Amino acid sequence: MNGFFDIPSDLQHSWLGLVGLHLREALLPVLAGLLISLPLAQLCVRFRWLYPPVLWITTVLYAIPSLAFFVLLIDYTGQTELTVMIPLTVYSLVVLVPSIVDGVRSVPQETLAAATAMGFGPVRRYVQVQLPIAVPAIIAGLRVATVSSISLVSVGTLIGNQGALGNLLNDANIYNRPELAVNAVLTMAALAIICDALLVVLRLLLTPWMPRRAHTKPKADRPDPAALALEDAAR
Amino acid sequence: MIRIDSVTKRYPDGTVAVDRLSLEIPDRSITVLVGPSGCGKTTTLRMINRMVEPSEGTILLDGKDILQQPVNTLRRSMGYVIQNAGLFQHRTIVDNIATVPRMLGWGKDKARARARELMERVGLDAALARRYPYQLSGGQQQRVGVARALAADPPVLLMDEPFSAVDPVVRKGLQDELLRIQEELGKTIVFVTHDIDEAVKIGTMVAVMRTGGKLAQFAPPAELLSDPADAFVEDFLGADRGIRRLSFFPSAGLDLLTTPIVAIDSTAEQIAARDTDDVPYLLVTDLDGRPLGWCEPRDLTAGAVEAEQLLPYGRPFVAGTDSLRAALDCAVLSPTGWAVAVDAEGRAAGVVSQQTIGEAIRGAHAEGRKTDKTDKTARVAR
Ligand SMILES: Nc1ncnc2c1ncn2[C@@H]1O[C@H](COP(=O)(O)OP(=O)(O)OP(=O)(O)O)[C@@H](O)[C@H]1O
Ligand SMILES: [Mg+2]
Repeated sequence: MNGFFDIPSDLQHSWLGLVGLHLREALLPVLAGLLISLPLAQLCVRFRWLYPPVLWITTVLYAIPSLAFFVLLIDYTGQTELTVMIPLTVYSLVVLVPSIVDGVRSVPQETLAAATAMGFGPVRRYVQVQLPIAVPAIIAGLRVATVSSISLVSVGTLIGNQGALGNLLNDANIYNRPELAVNAVLTMAALAIICDALLVVLRLLLTPWMPRRAHTKPKADRPDPAALALEDAAR
Repeated sequence: MIRIDSVTKRYPDGTVAVDRLSLEIPDRSITVLVGPSGCGKTTTLRMINRMVEPSEGTILLDGKDILQQPVNTLRRSMGYVIQNAGLFQHRTIVDNIATVPRMLGWGKDKARARARELMERVGLDAALARRYPYQLSGGQQQRVGVARALAADPPVLLMDEPFSAVDPVVRKGLQDELLRIQEELGKTIVFVTHDIDEAVKIGTMVAVMRTGGKLAQFAPPAELLSDPADAFVEDFLGADRGIRRLSFFPSAGLDLLTTPIVAIDSTAEQIAARDTDDVPYLLVTDLDGRPLGWCEPRDLTAGAVEAEQLLPYGRPFVAGTDSLRAALDCAVLSPTGWAVAVDAEGRAAGVVSQQTIGEAIRGAHAEGRKTDKTDKTARVAR
């Protein structure tokens, strides 16, 4: 009864059940973050003065420990998944907003002038020109947000086993079964790598218009998101 | 007709980019705005399609204030071409070109068919249709930019330094192409450049602007070269405006000598008959009459001419079609000092000396002073 995939009954889920739960708790916040960031970023592009304060606020929010968020939220949302997902949504903004803003701003002046001159209104121009050209930057942001979200879900274990795979870490302690901790870390890493790969595929599908080099050098200044995930697992 | 009526543009920071500019831009011809950097050319152009709103004055399109129609309708009736083309990098070439027709509600197939037709018109290989902009050279991208602006067949075309980012050879090709397209389509084109040579080459009318957004002179290119309004325009035209002006005089009136032309298979008598005192050299042609080179009569033995012995003849000019400038250039480049004229098929049509060309130039100038005032739009190929 002490197998690698035997999950203690207090978690009320099979291993696969935990994986599903984990993905939901990690990915819904990223999606919500994206939906908030898109209009927010557009406002920041349109009103340049807005960008620095928005950036500052998202950074400050990111600096708030998740525990503090839980204490604040638990009166309203209780010991639920929502209490975990709200802070994760807020954290995702710190990468998503700048990546969308940078992406939209990277659209060349000439392209914008050409669009305006052809009679594109502001909305059409945003949807048909700026957003598609920003896709590579947006997906780069999504990759970081997704991977870090997958590792951060585990902190939910602090509020009544809402940490999905992260709960295994706690149980490893209680039942003295270290293999559960190994299972948790490896599974989360695998999820992070798979989600990251899917996003890369999505980007390739969405951007047939990008120059493809035979050998893409990994950028030294941007750490590999999968590696970040493993580091963050302890957070 | 586009009428710019005493228009001033003051930017919010106080810069006066255009200062009480008035221009009448004639229909179906190319009007060039030229001037030093920062003199307000782009601002003027963008006021025509309302990308910039004038601070004072009005702009009339066919007698109607451009403020009276919805801005996007106005813009869709005016093609716009800019430096570096400004193509949509995320769309294929056909879809780039089909943009405005699609916005006007055309079906996808119809718009794409139209786009392919335009690719042909601007000299783009149909195989490029499904490519993306990054897969094209700068010159090809610029052609796509022109095709895209023409897609919905707008009566007006606004072009802002469209050819200044490509190398001189490609630029010349694009200019010739534009003139050819214009011949076929007869658009009202407003063309911005800071290159006076380009302005003189393609403009029917040229507006020279000076820093501060003031109009210095508005005239056909030939008049600009012969009668610059002031020292600024003269300076802007550059040192060799006398030579450049020759571009506007046809070579048709030149007296071509045909006597000193001999075919390579000529007999001794034929050669002797052609050797006159008028010309110190004989021009040897091949059996089809195409020039091979010059030769001194005494070196020419019938039946034994080797092409290597001949003196090069430089670059021939096309009799009648080319300008006096081209003829003079040929004479200057020819080692013998004589220019070779050819017909459209490249066969030798005659030879002419620098001296004769010089006389023709003096004659043309005298003639030019008389007719410049009356026939302002006369142009010859150059
Ligand atoms: N948005 C703006 N705000 C303030 N000043 C501007 C703005 N756009 C242009 N200007 C100023 O107006 C003047 C004319 O600019 P414009 O772009 O029309 O010049 P141009 O003739 O097209 O120059 P170039 O050949 O360098 O393109 C310049 O002094 C420029 O600095
Ligand atoms: Mg300009």
